[in-house]
Amino acid sequence: MADLSANFLGIKSPNPFWLASAPPSDKEYNVVRAFEAGWGGVVWKTLGEDPPIVNVNGPRYAALMSQDRRVIGFNNIELISDRPLRTNLDEIRRVKRAWPDRAMVVSLMVPVEEAAWKRILLMVEDTGADGIELNFGCPHGMSERGMGSAVGQVPEYIRRVTEWCKLYSRLPTIVKLTPNITDIRYAARAAHAGGADAVSLINTINSVMGIDLDRMTMYPSIDGFGSHGGYCGPAVKPIALNMVAEIARDAGTRDLPISGIGGITTWRDAAEFIALGCGTVQVCTAAMVYGFKIVEDLCSGLNNFMDSHGYARIEDFLGRAVASVKDWNVLNLNRVEKAVINQDSCIQCGRCHVVCEDTSHQAISASKDGKRHFEVHEEDCVGCNLCVSICPVPNTISMRALQPGEIDKRTGIEVSGDYANWTTHRNNPAAAQ
Amino acid sequence: MNGSDIRAGRLADEEYAANFGDAHPPLNYTQALIEADRCYYCHDAPCITACPTGIDIPSFIQRIAQDNIRGAATAILEANPLGGLCARVCPTEVLCERACVRNCNESKPVEIGALQRYATDAYFAAPGAPLFIRAPDTGKVVAVVGAGPAGLACAHGLARRGHRVILFDSRPKLGGLNEYGVATYKTAGDYAQEEVRWLMSIGGIEARNGQSLGRDFTLDGLIAEHDAVFLGMGLGGVNALGVADSGLEAVRDAVDFIAELRQTPDKSRLPIGRRVVVIGGGMTAVDAAVQSRLLGAEQVTIVYRRGQEAMSASKVEQRWAQTNGVTLRFWATPKEILSGARGVTGVRFAITEAVSGKLTETGESFIVEADMVLRAIGQTYLPEAAGTRIALKGGRIATDERGRTNLAGVWAGGDCRHGGRDLTVEAVEHGKCAALDIDAVLSEARHG
Repeated sequence: MADLSANFLGIKSPNPFWLASAPPSDKEYNVVRAFEAGWGGVVWKTLGEDPPIVNVNGPRYAALMSQDRRVIGFNNIELISDRPLRTNLDEIRRVKRAWPDRAMVVSLMVPVEEAAWKRILLMVEDTGADGIELNFGCPHGMSERGMGSAVGQVPEYIRRVTEWCKLYSRLPTIVKLTPNITDIRYAARAAHAGGADAVSLINTINSVMGIDLDRMTMYPSIDGFGSHGGYCGPAVKPIALNMVAEIARDAGTRDLPISGIGGITTWRDAAEFIALGCGTVQVCTAAMVYGFKIVEDLCSGLNNFMDSHGYARIEDFLGRAVASVKDWNVLNLNRVEKAVINQDSCIQCGRCHVVCEDTSHQAISASKDGKRHFEVHEEDCVGCNLCVSICPVPNTISMRALQPGEIDKRTGIEVSGDYANWTTHRNNPAAAQ
Repeated sequence: MNGSDIRAGRLADEEYAANFGDAHPPLNYTQALIEADRCYYCHDAPCITACPTGIDIPSFIQRIAQDNIRGAATAILEANPLGGLCARVCPTEVLCERACVRNCNESKPVEIGALQRYATDAYFAAPGAPLFIRAPDTGKVVAVVGAGPAGLACAHGLARRGHRVILFDSRPKLGGLNEYGVATYKTAGDYAQEEVRWLMSIGGIEARNGQSLGRDFTLDGLIAEHDAVFLGMGLGGVNALGVADSGLEAVRDAVDFIAELRQTPDKSRLPIGRRVVVIGGGMTAVDAAVQSRLLGAEQVTIVYRRGQEAMSASKVEQRWAQTNGVTLRFWATPKEILSGARGVTGVRFAITEAVSGKLTETGESFIVEADMVLRAIGQTYLPEAAGTRIALKGGRIATDERGRTNLAGVWAGGDCRHGGRDLTVEAVEHGKCAALDIDAVLSEARHG
């Protein structure tokens, strides 16, 4: 039985699964239900100044679905907490007192004014909460008022507000980053420079979910008009993993703890974020799609994975995959792989053939001796992995690496086994000669 | 033995309604989307090859998934104008669904038949503008004999291409076996006629019902008066049992039994025996046996002279019969219809076996008690109606792959044509292809 407990910036939780700052962590009732279900912690839905903001009283959410209506992507235009500040603070105090072993982090968003931050920081500290998370990510509604992602998109603002927080609060400070930027490293470096104890990412991505083609209005809309919302859910996981990896391997931020967010739905997703250096993971969409009970499945899966790999604690594999993420120009150009189709498990749908034929390198034939049969021809295969990626049967097409001494039938060149990359390639005009 | 307990009204009214409603409820919207998602959209899909009409199955399923019902219906009806009926009656388990690659790992193919029905039903429920528009009139007139699946498909194909069609049929209604020969629960409601109405709506087809080849007109007459002739009469004859059964009212042809059932709106008026024996091993035997049960017969037995694997009714059909309480007996051939003062009391069967492939009787026999006996041992082509000039093969009309007979200007298709498995969907393909070939020939004549 692996130890799933997390110690993130000194904030302890029985497991690394925190509810992200979002509707599921909006009030005492929900958070207590989450703790009863087994969630390791919550980041309380963002507090702002009174008077509270107001939300639309119509569609706030919309989903991108697979054919059998599994949610792939999710979008919302809900703003920060729409309840009075005092109500939230009282509830946070009560819940933390009743659940001392769970992580209680409070998300904050007030205007970029030192006095405003000082005021709210003192009130939050007074609740007994374990930490604060600065919402520099919300891409809708608040950003138009100069908060949320409007701060997260300007490194100087990130740094300045982070400094105020470190000045006026003793609580660990997590800076939540927006993905709506061109290079996440600038935002992370600014947080680091401001003294942030950690970053969390990603917040949601600007999105329009679709168009109602009968009404010719964007969707979701209220009274005929819509506004871009924040996109999340399984579809954003690859974007989040990339940004996490960029921060984890950047010289300026590689020591900065990360709380990973972005489409985490299964234990595997969580383990992937941890392997890229996330000490905790935050979940929202999966809970909003399936309810709080999923934390049991997340813990069960993570525990069994860790047991089977001999990881006793989260720290045992934390960041283990970071070193595998590199810039393209150092990838080994001498490595040659070829697709192989397992004829025993191939069901002969022929998709590998047609996509290779139509969109790639014409390396998979569709018949043999007049019969339906799909086979890779190494003389044409560039090892692109397209067939592996689209094959509907698990483990039926795999990639085989040519061994040193083997001839690549496509190029006629013998595989050397030596490492060589673009920086020294003869086709690279900038290569060191 | 007490014989001849044959009477109507064995069941309550609501039981008749339930028994003769849809045997397999159609997919709803949600089910259709989920099932459509199972299709892998195979390249050069094996299901297309397995469909006698070559429907682009992955495309129509993809279009269901994309909420494009009209597009799905177009893909189906372009290849098979009777796609709605075929979705109901095709033995998909031996055609498209047997070829589905999902069988490999799951033994559970995509439910192609059910999806096809979903698409065609949804389209016909709200058809909108016509899918097919008749081409300008060519001035050519084609006679189509028989308004079953072959004749209808041919007539529709010709009408689309601007030819006028005179459609002859001996029965009062169009549809052939679709109307008269298929179990009621497979085409619940008035589906066969709905489909006929849609096919006829293309325009340019003049139906002449109650007109029988060889009685009311001759093939030579048709040839003389039309630019082309398509023969799709089906099989008019029924094989005899080879035992004395004449004059016994309780011994009937299963095809007549099925036809009467289909044409009787109030099923409670139909007499049925308490015990029914159906002799045969095809889909007609299953349809007759199951419907006997559904009319309230207590004991229904299908007796087939060979083993189960030789039955032409598919495994799914066999299971359907058994699920409906029909007993299947194999390796027995009828020797004698037993009767008493009150009518039929049973059938004596000789036990058979295969001796080096040849069916022989073992000398043993048994009796199955019965009040009613249904003959379903196959149908035959009656060649007299079309005259002696037309060449036959294996007792049916000989054609080339385009459906051309030995007589210039005469095509044939459906069950009366030699070759094939006597499937509705094959008859449709015959009619469809013949229409294409006739059109090509007539166009050549026009332009050449």
